[in-house]
Amino acid sequence: MTLRQIGVPLAALILFGLFWEWLVWVNGWPNYKMASPSDIWPAFWKFRGLFLEYGWDTLWRTVVGLLLSVVFGVFLGMIMGLSRTMREALYPLLVGFNAIPKATVVPIIALMFVGQHDMNTILIAFLISFFPIAVSVSIGLSTLEPEYRDILASLGASKFTIFWKIALPKTLPEFFGALKVAVTLAFIGTNLMEIVEPHGRGLGHLFDSGKISADYPLMFAVLIALALMGIVLYYVVVALEKVFAGWAERNPT
Amino acid sequence: MSNLINIKGVRHAYKTPSGPLPVLDGLELSVPEGGFAAVVGPSGCGKSTLTRLVAGLMKPDEGEVWLHGDLVKGPKSTVGMAFQNPVLLEWRTILQNVMLPLEIVSTGMSKRQQEARARHLLDLVGLSGFEDKRPSELSGGMRQRASLCRSIVHKPEVLILDEPFGALDAFTREDLWQTMHKVKAEEPFTGVLITHDLRESIFLADQVIVLSGRPAKTQYVMDVHLTGERDIEMLYTAESADALNILRQQIRIAQGRDAA
Repeated sequence: MTLRQIGVPLAALILFGLFWEWLVWVNGWPNYKMASPSDIWPAFWKFRGLFLEYGWDTLWRTVVGLLLSVVFGVFLGMIMGLSRTMREALYPLLVGFNAIPKATVVPIIALMFVGQHDMNTILIAFLISFFPIAVSVSIGLSTLEPEYRDILASLGASKFTIFWKIALPKTLPEFFGALKVAVTLAFIGTNLMEIVEPHGRGLGHLFDSGKISADYPLMFAVLIALALMGIVLYYVVVALEKVFAGWAERNPT
Repeated sequence: MSNLINIKGVRHAYKTPSGPLPVLDGLELSVPEGGFAAVVGPSGCGKSTLTRLVAGLMKPDEGEVWLHGDLVKGPKSTVGMAFQNPVLLEWRTILQNVMLPLEIVSTGMSKRQQEARARHLLDLVGLSGFEDKRPSELSGGMRQRASLCRSIVHKPEVLILDEPFGALDAFTREDLWQTMHKVKAEEPFTGVLITHDLRESIFLADQVIVLSGRPAKTQYVMDVHLTGERDIEMLYTAESADALNILRQQIRIAQGRDAA
């Protein structure tokens, strides 16, 4: 990491904060219309214990949901990528399912598993985020050029060997592309459950209680906390991508 | 002496929505041990189908393919293949790419011997110093050289080359022709080369087989007896010009432009 790589985003962040503060000040907006950064800091500090506790709830639920997405999405993508019949059978189903707004699924899930808040939340995070993974893995596998298969098939390698040595690594860049989308979606899923069906846990609940007690800076502080966690998770995925699929990145010439 | 590759009366048709599409119809080909046959013919006449049959990746509808006295029923580890697309794995270094077949085929070599062999082959084709580079860092011609190393690293008896130089520029291609001769001198194999380039066919092979248009059958076989050092000048002798003329005429017949 060079100074430039840290310095430029940091400077942009500070400028953005200053602009925001100025905008609120110049328009004289009250904090229930638009809280300013200087309102948000005290809110953070006042509820720092809750932020840590609920932040952790939201974080681990999102990560578990995302992991489920990865396992199920890769599995589904494999089935659809390797079998044309399965692809034709499952695609419309999958597209239809993905088209259902997940906010409508939340109460259904909450009714299905009454009281199982952790599971409900994880389930929504999972349901909202597996689609891009399944699609990208299936496309990666089904578009594998036949020559890639032939170099190993002509030596008598098994289907599994071809999958393991060639198809799977070749799909990794597409997979990580989808994972970057999925990580944000999983976050949305977790918070959707926490806000629509509040059950006293997670940042979504903190947001909700801010709303109920008319503590507007707290609501804004939750949004900022969610954004920060989103950034952290996103860059974790980027780091994993560098390790496992760094070869796909071309050196700038 | 017996032939290492023997193709007898092979017929094959692909199933398409509009009915069967015959691609091979009465193909005969035999290559003695250590021989190098070039197969030329009009585009789309089923040359690539032929390579897949020899490699055991497909079974013909009719007829037989024999390798070293065994009927081919499926893929064999005694076959090496290289294609027009070098298909190197981008996530592996060049050395790891070349060693890929050794992960599938057991050769009885230790890991160290395997690596030494891969390095030796890379050196032979002029790629020493590039062992730890990624494929994306190499030019097209260099990638094709690496692909060639990979196709022979497990010491196959039969090498199948499906237009390996087709996508290269003329100068690089001529360089690779000479590399081919160098490799063949040191690593003997029995080869089948699919090509569109008649000069390439007489420069590399000792037997040129002209296939007719689709459905393809063996239309003409020419034995090449070019003498002396094989260098590019050799292609500009009267002898070569005669051979090329005959082949060109045969291709025109295959395309249906001239009567047989």
